[in-house]
Amino acid sequence: MIDMSNVMLEVKELTTKYITRFGENVYAVDHVSLKVEEGKSLGIAGESGCGKSTLALSLMGYYFAPLHYTSGEIIIDGRTISGMDPDDVRKSILGTEIAYIPQSAMNALNPTQKIINFIEDVYQAHDPYKTKKEIYELARECFDVLGLPAGVLQRYPVELSGGMKQRTVIATSVILFPKVLIADEPSSALDVTSQKMVIKMLRDLMENGLIKAMIFITHELPLLYNVTDDIMVMYAGQIVEKGTAKEVVFDPLHPYAKGLMGSIIVPERGLREKKLTAIPGVPPNLKNPPAGCQFAERCKYVQPECTARSVDLRDIEGGRAYRCIFSEEQLRKAYKNG
Amino acid sequence: MADEKKICLNGTGLTKIFGFGRQKCVAVDHVDFNFYEGEIISIVGESGSGKTTLAKMLLGLISTTEGEVYFQGKKRDIRTQKKKKEYWRSIQAIFQDPYSSYNIFNKIDAVLLDCIHMRGGRKLPHAKKVELMAEACSFVNMKFEELTNKYPFELSGGQMQRLMIARIFLLKPKVLLADEPTSMIDACSRATILDMLMQLRNETGMTLIFITHDIGLAYYISDSVYIMEHGKLIESGCADDVILHPKEAYTRRLISDVPKIHEEWDLSTV
Repeated sequence: MIDMSNVMLEVKELTTKYITRFGENVYAVDHVSLKVEEGKSLGIAGESGCGKSTLALSLMGYYFAPLHYTSGEIIIDGRTISGMDPDDVRKSILGTEIAYIPQSAMNALNPTQKIINFIEDVYQAHDPYKTKKEIYELARECFDVLGLPAGVLQRYPVELSGGMKQRTVIATSVILFPKVLIADEPSSALDVTSQKMVIKMLRDLMENGLIKAMIFITHELPLLYNVTDDIMVMYAGQIVEKGTAKEVVFDPLHPYAKGLMGSIIVPERGLREKKLTAIPGVPPNLKNPPAGCQFAERCKYVQPECTARSVDLRDIEGGRAYRCIFSEEQLRKAYKNG
Repeated sequence: MADEKKICLNGTGLTKIFGFGRQKCVAVDHVDFNFYEGEIISIVGESGSGKTTLAKMLLGLISTTEGEVYFQGKKRDIRTQKKKKEYWRSIQAIFQDPYSSYNIFNKIDAVLLDCIHMRGGRKLPHAKKVELMAEACSFVNMKFEELTNKYPFELSGGQMQRLMIARIFLLKPKVLLADEPTSMIDACSRATILDMLMQLRNETGMTLIFITHDIGLAYYISDSVYIMEHGKLIESGCADDVILHPKEAYTRRLISDVPKIHEEWDLSTV
């Protein structure tokens, strides 16, 4: 059967780097390839400092120092945006093709401006001829669909609660109906109830077809498992494991992914008997990354050949992939023996 | 047996009211509690439920409007600065944001050195002080040699929080109050911090009061759980009872709002 599903976002071997003020190159995104189909969502997991947020920034195609584009391709709905002029990207891609919700999104609101002014700015950057009245009608309609009260539009940010601010920013970022939405820890500063509201809103966006695909970044694995279809685990700028949410959470292959899954805390029966596994150490300094496997120095199952040569991403059946020298059986056996 | 356990910290009718008249805000409303020695207690609630206000009252950082706190059976007396310092020798805290807990102009050793001085080690020879500091650092899996001559901003959040635990290791207080100690740390280092706190409790037998909004975390670490809503304690008991068989509707809602991996997460109930 020919693949009928429509690929919304495709990234091929994307590499981006930071150039420090001493002229060192730090490859924070290292040959990352991914594909998100229409109606699907992809989760990106990993520790802090693994390049999750840099990947999100890189995906927008809008680079500013110290982040620089090196190689690779980004294709959104058949349109290649990598290598475009930054000004063109800002005018014709951001907001309409791809939108980004940064980590502390609610701080993006200007405390001296009403929410509606913020939305007017967004519209007028793309269509300077829209009148304020038209914008108000459109914004009200959009807020209505997303379950936000229209009264919010006339308020100042300080009058809103954290969860409400976050939802307002999300609503604003999708107001031009982008095809792909990148959400970088959209709920990390919120309590559980507001978090649930934010997640519900993101899911509604997908279901209503307002956005076609979503990339969700967080280090909270239970959340990722419940929100996204696929999960990708990143370590030191590279993909170390890729698979469906269920596969990655319940049957991780890469030792790093295994370590991450061992640190999941959920209020369920059997949690207290379980010993949490922590991964000792910190991610490597990418200014001078280690030769061979990046995870080698923290890995329990390290072998001499791990550090000798670089390890490639190994594709296995069912669309899964992992980056380790061991075969699937060897890894499963090792995990069974502890 | 329950009667063998000694009460370490208890309070009766603890209340805090901010403001007066029409702007009156009851942050903590007639809270009664008994914290036993060597127990890990979690206080769980949403933001704005008065968890941190309660913690601050226990620490003596803010005054109580009503009610009394008893420490080891005796009424707590912190009317003068000297008595306050005496009290703080037995009750210590770790806060949410490790960056704000350090003096940015002081090097790391100064922080640890202060703790030794606080426990009356001012006259110890320098070599002995270094030894104590190195021991504390090795407890939290850090190397003292790498830390000396460093300023707090050179450390990561996880390292700073671990150093806070090293401080507690040196001070060996009777009660440790941890106010959301892992909320700014990613999931991976969180397990390390929790295990260290539990190990510290097992070694020193101190009482650990853990304040969090993460109910999973509370379930993992604590012996007993207190649930707070709008300043009131609404449910308390041993962790298994409260989390697995909650009685109050509020507790049930709080638990159902947490994403889980073995059960379906119901998004329709917001």
